[in-house]
Amino acid sequence: MAKKKEQTKTQQQYQEYAKTKEPKRPVFKNCVWAFLIGGLICTLGQGIMWFFMTYFNFTEETASSPTVAVLIIIATLLTSIGVYDHIAQYAGAGTVVPITGFANTMTSAAIEHRSEGYVLGVGGNMFKLSGSVIVFGVFSAFIVATIKIILMKLGVI
Amino acid sequence: MLKGKQTWIFESKPVILASAAVGGPFEAQGALAEDFDILNDDIWLGQDSFEKAEKKLLEQACDKVIEKSGLSKEDVEFFISGDLLNQIISSTFAARTLGKPFLGIYGACSSSMEGLALAALMVNSKAANYMIAGASSHNAAAEKQYRYPTEYGGQKPPTAQWTVTGAGTALLGQNGEGPRVTSATIGKIVDTGITDPFNMGVAMAPAAVDTILAHFKELSIEPSYYDLIVTGDLGEIGHSITSELLQKDGLNMPADIFNDCGLLIYKKDQQVFAGASGCASSATVTYGHLLNRMRRGELKKLLVIATGALLSPLSYQQKESIPCIAHAVSIEM
Repeated sequence: MAKKKEQTKTQQQYQEYAKTKEPKRPVFKNCVWAFLIGGLICTLGQGIMWFFMTYFNFTEETASSPTVAVLIIIATLLTSIGVYDHIAQYAGAGTVVPITGFANTMTSAAIEHRSEGYVLGVGGNMFKLSGSVIVFGVFSAFIVATIKIILMKLGVI
Repeated sequence: MLKGKQTWIFESKPVILASAAVGGPFEAQGALAEDFDILNDDIWLGQDSFEKAEKKLLEQACDKVIEKSGLSKEDVEFFISGDLLNQIISSTFAARTLGKPFLGIYGACSSSMEGLALAALMVNSKAANYMIAGASSHNAAAEKQYRYPTEYGGQKPPTAQWTVTGAGTALLGQNGEGPRVTSATIGKIVDTGITDPFNMGVAMAPAAVDTILAHFKELSIEPSYYDLIVTGDLGEIGHSITSELLQKDGLNMPADIFNDCGLLIYKKDQQVFAGASGCASSATVTYGHLLNRMRRGELKKLLVIATGALLSPLSYQQKESIPCIAHAVSIEM
């Protein structure tokens, strides 16, 4: 947001007036949808995990990798056939937060920029949206790990 | 002739000899499908990128308008056009195909009326005998450039708008039969400090108000002079704000003659949030539906105020607010 103090009084007055006219995001409805669809995705994930643990030789720890892979494949397929964004309009955070959301950001960017070729288009733009997730994810992991090492050296944990 | 500070009156009243509107599959399902000359059933138009598809839309609109006018391609002297893509590539590439002296303009979604006003000015001053004014936009190409990849699952707020896939063109001449461009009011940049690109109707409303007020003041006429006054792509919220602001400024706009192209083009059950947007919103509705109504005698006097949000993806990321503009063109039978 632009700093409020840089704006003239007329601008601020207009924005306040406009706010009263704008339809609000239906936050409660969005939350319910996000909970239901997000929950459904997690339940599906749990089901897939059980499947790997029951029918294949996976433990609870090792089963998570193939489970995540299956969810990514599903999300990628749904993105490719143009369905994922329509589900997401209702699900909101429900489809963004799980691993499927991450798969969607990469797939959608890759599809979108296919017209600019494989190197400059697909390769160069695939992480356009998910890049910052990786950057800040890795960075925060580094910080957390550093804190943990310090605490361990100090004998706190 | 200049009237006041920003209004042009075209004494020779350049004639719109023909106009054409081209759309995509979503427009074909819309409320004004019958008024489109060409409706493509594929958003790719058989091309390998959305950008090429948009160029193709504009090419189709140019070919169609020449065909409808009964003139030959050789008769057309100039082409003036604008679109939403970086470096207005759709217009430039369509101009390459057309092979005519070309003026590229950028006024975001107001490019349609900016082009028509300038074309009328040229024809009026005898700088051209026949020329085409055009504008285009493509939903997926605009999303790709301004927002997120088309298949990205981001939730859009109710204030968001839907970019029209289409192109509109008008062929102007010195004399002949058809609706005539009588005056135009060129707008100035109005910035209300709004930074949310999903809220363009609200950002553009004050620009529309500024131009509308100037138009009526400088021509000393009342809104009732016109049979219909339409804004380009303000959408539901922007349009109602415009009505209210005009009222506040002492200009009473009768609700039955004041509408918005972005609210006319689609059906209620089509999910377009606050309404349609894009150069093609005002271009296809005006050059298709509205001019057809004029030719049928249903409308005698029409005022189109095309609004534009002049943001770039870069300026938005740098937290700049959205500068907006509106140009009004008056067309009379």
